Amino acid sequence: MVNVRPGDLVRVHTRAGLVVEGVVLPSTEVASEGHVVLKLSNGYNIGVSLEGATVEVLAEGYLRLAEHEGSQGVTVIKGEGALRMAFVSTGGTITSRVEYETGAVRPALSAGDLVEFAPELRELSAELVAVDLMRKLSENMTPEDWSRISEEVGKRLRSGADGVIVAHGTDTMSYTAAALAFSLRSLGNPVVMVGAQRSSDRPSTDALYNLRACPIVIRDAPFAEVVVAMHGSSDDLYSLVHRGVRVRKMHSSRRDAFQTINDLPLAKVYVNERRFELINRNYIPRTGSPDVRVMSRFSDRVALLKSYPGLDCGIIDYLVDRGYRGIVIEGTGLGHIREECAESVGRATEEGVVVAMATQTIFGRVNMNVYTTGRRLLKVGVVPVDDMLSEVAFVKLSWLWGNYPSEDPRRIASMLVTNMANEIGGAQGLETFPRWYHGDRLQEPRA
Amino acid sequence: MEIDYKSLGLRVGLEVHQQLSTKSKLFCGCPAELAPENAVYREVIRNLWLGKSELGELDPAAAYEVARGRRIVYRAPEGYVCLVELDEEPPHDINKEALATALSIARALNAKPVDEIYVMRKIVVDGSNTCGFQRTAIIALGGYVEDEEGTVGIQTIALEEDAARKVDEGPGFVVYNLDRLGIPLIEVSTAPDIRTPEQALRVAYRIGLIMRLSGKVRRGIGTIRQDLNISIEKGARTEVKGVDKLELIPKVVAYEVMRQLSLLGIKDELHRRGLRPEDVPDSFVDVTEVLKDCESRVVRSGVEKGMRVYALPLPGFRGILGTEVCPGRRFGTELADYARAWGGVSGIIHSDELPAYGISERDLDSIYERLGLVKLKDAFILIVSDRERAERAFSAVVDRLRYAFVGVPRETRAANPDGTTRYLRPQPGTARMYPETDIRPIRVDSSLLEEVERIKIPKPEEVLRVLVEEHGLSRDLAAQLIREPVLDLYLDLVDDLRGVTSPQIIATTILIHMKSLKREGLSVERVRYVDLAGILRAVGRGEIAKEAVPEVIKAVASGSSLEEALKPFRTLSVEEVERIVESIIESNIETIRARGPERSLGFVMGRVMSVVRGRADGAMVNAIVRKKLLSLFREQG
Repeated sequence: MVNVRPGDLVRVHTRAGLVVEGVVLPSTEVASEGHVVLKLSNGYNIGVSLEGATVEVLAEGYLRLAEHEGSQGVTVIKGEGALRMAFVSTGGTITSRVEYETGAVRPALSAGDLVEFAPELRELSAELVAVDLMRKLSENMTPEDWSRISEEVGKRLRSGADGVIVAHGTDTMSYTAAALAFSLRSLGNPVVMVGAQRSSDRPSTDALYNLRACPIVIRDAPFAEVVVAMHGSSDDLYSLVHRGVRVRKMHSSRRDAFQTINDLPLAKVYVNERRFELINRNYIPRTGSPDVRVMSRFSDRVALLKSYPGLDCGIIDYLVDRGYRGIVIEGTGLGHIREECAESVGRATEEGVVVAMATQTIFGRVNMNVYTTGRRLLKVGVVPVDDMLSEVAFVKLSWLWGNYPSEDPRRIASMLVTNMANEIGGAQGLETFPRWYHGDRLQEPRA
Repeated sequence: MEIDYKSLGLRVGLEVHQQLSTKSKLFCGCPAELAPENAVYREVIRNLWLGKSELGELDPAAAYEVARGRRIVYRAPEGYVCLVELDEEPPHDINKEALATALSIARALNAKPVDEIYVMRKIVVDGSNTCGFQRTAIIALGGYVEDEEGTVGIQTIALEEDAARKVDEGPGFVVYNLDRLGIPLIEVSTAPDIRTPEQALRVAYRIGLIMRLSGKVRRGIGTIRQDLNISIEKGARTEVKGVDKLELIPKVVAYEVMRQLSLLGIKDELHRRGLRPEDVPDSFVDVTEVLKDCESRVVRSGVEKGMRVYALPLPGFRGILGTEVCPGRRFGTELADYARAWGGVSGIIHSDELPAYGISERDLDSIYERLGLVKLKDAFILIVSDRERAERAFSAVVDRLRYAFVGVPRETRAANPDGTTRYLRPQPGTARMYPETDIRPIRVDSSLLEEVERIKIPKPEEVLRVLVEEHGLSRDLAAQLIREPVLDLYLDLVDDLRGVTSPQIIATTILIHMKSLKREGLSVERVRYVDLAGILRAVGRGEIAKEAVPEVIKAVASGSSLEEALKPFRTLSVEEVERIVESIIESNIETIRARGPERSLGFVMGRVMSVVRGRADGAMVNAIVRKKLLSLFREQG
């Protein structure tokens, strides 16, 4: 085995008789054993097996490969506008860029990249504080990370920001949005969470459009809520501003994956026209006050359990024995799990565990009075959470136990179903359920 | 003029792109075919975005459009396009059928597969790829094709996805149909080993034929496309994009050599005149007032729209801009390309082509006077435009004029239908390419190579055997088919007319009739494939006689529809021929009686054939004439 290092220019004579010249690239987790990846002079990469090959090193360190930059901490950018904004980066697709030479993905946007991406940031802000807080993929976020993000956002608001943008991976963005909605009490200004479904290293990225919408929300929003601003459709025509406690990622890959459930989105933002359009009049009004209270603790003793046919009731017992203080069950239909589990649920509530019931149908509210099973579950102490999303109920329960650890479980249960951030209740009309495609032929193309 | 290409140091490299006819696209399960117009279409509107660092290497017009946020409208036909083409879902695993086909073609071209395939992203921002990049991978290296003027090396063989097809464009928007996006494409790049225009044609044909013989390529217009890299020793390497007709290749090469020689001639002339690059001024002059009574439509309608007429004075340049660089194109045309590409203006007017376009001798004199120039030795360029565009256009024109003192600039050019080329953009430094991180590298392992083994691409000798033994062609005809660039056409027709028209008739039509018609000066290349197939189908079905083929081809080549062309040659029925024979016998009854049965046969045959030639089979006519004469003399007897 020849000793070649990334960055060396080499000539390889393969066993099959090919002679190839190229620069050795750093190995990645997808490369095969015993192969090197070469970048050819025409820009292509190929993999070459070193088995039975001879290698000449033509130039050592021919290509200097960039070192990964460390965290940049806090950068302040002076803009041309009137607003004070903060941009808190937590990681995810929206903050990743590729190094063209190696294909390595750089996990953070520099403050400079940011302004190049979204000129609106510079134009609308007098001062933009960019905070490189963490670089986490959103599937790795924990309740502890929610606390850190809450504190950082709270700090920026208390020091006078007119709004804070939080860049986040999309997989669990709605969980973090709910976490912030509960932890930031007496919020006076909007907190806008944003992400990307297409990485920012491609010309078709949605990161740019989504990001550009954020300062417009901060400029024009009449509400002081934690919101998620993402593509409204597959087109680059407008962003939707969703209430953080009513939003869900409804598609694994589409740009318009984020949709409001059981409610109407708060607003539309036409980015190219820089126009903000309010579409929901029910919101928490913006006071502009910097006096936000941060209650940033979250309990990690809350579980989210999906009901399924044949669910082993022992799982509930196990959670109770492990010291869990809250279980949100994503029940079937109107809010059910198999009747056999009522006994385990009863034991859980007796031991002070709050057991809440949401629905796995996503749309609609639970109602446990209709069927016997429901009534029986109510009798053993299950708390139905109405039309609250199961994920939101889970975050809320974690927040309640985190901040009121010695409270009576009955009191926790009652707070769980008390509206705090428009996460629960309200009428649902025909319009809050999406219209699916039923094979209706589209005759006339648009435009 | 006979040009000795070898002594000029001509070097040509080819890039042949061919669509594969796999069941599905390269990175998703959609069919690898185009959608019908009446499909159900949905539309998506997008923008593309590029960082400043990427804008530098772009087509100037595209960069400008991107910078201005051009609207890209994608039309997605239901059933032909999924979320992958719409860039709403990551690519699926690479299509194994396409990969095996491409590797089998690589093997037939004597190339060796790489050990591990990495799919790359090549930045493309005209909107033709929804992602803003094209996915492409080198699958094999090395290889060669043999040619009578010397072996030509194959440098790389790549497998890539085809782009969406543009269906409309206008100021600030472009519309693409996404059906073509993702159809697998194999790209074969040769070394610059080709030395003459004719060799370029043969090598392109040979590569195309090998692909065709795999039986796994799409056929028809737009399914194969050639790019050319052309240079001569003192000139520069020019990339010519989008030559979609094989027979255009030698012309494109010859014209490019001509163009480069002319540009070198212009360079010598500029130095001979003692001019220097600094003599091309940086600033231009507003001459709108001088032309206020001018009758030129371009000037008038421009000024009415609020535009101005700007002039760039060029002292000492008289005659330079009018120098022809290749047929129908002057140096001024080259400058106009730059003005259009960089400034988005409609063109330029230069003094070497004046008076013309409604600009009179007197207007000309006034402009010279206004610019302080002398008509006999100086020149100027006019642009009718707003100031902002004029600035960008003149800046590009000035740079190009100054480069005329150096020689031939490195350009990417596009082929025109007549074989000339036009400026498209400067050549990119290094292709902006980076790995497609959504697709894992693909090991070329033994199971893949076994699949490749199963796709047999016959060698020309094996094809010869098939033509003789299975198609029943004579050895001569078969050998001629393989030698000339028509075998692919022949095989297509045989495939499409299986069981209808015999291979012999097809071969004879292509090799004998088409060729002799071409020698007569007929533009046989104007005959579309569908029409040729239609003519041969009519022969096969007995609707026209095979003797009528040359006449029908002639009619189609001169613009008749297939139906119109076939009509006069529709075969006569037995009854119709009998009626004609009877009437001819009747009107010549005296002569026939006098000649007697034996000697009348040839006489009547001659008369009848002059009427039905091409519309009835000779043997059938002969039998009818015999029968009729026999019964005539029997009655008498």
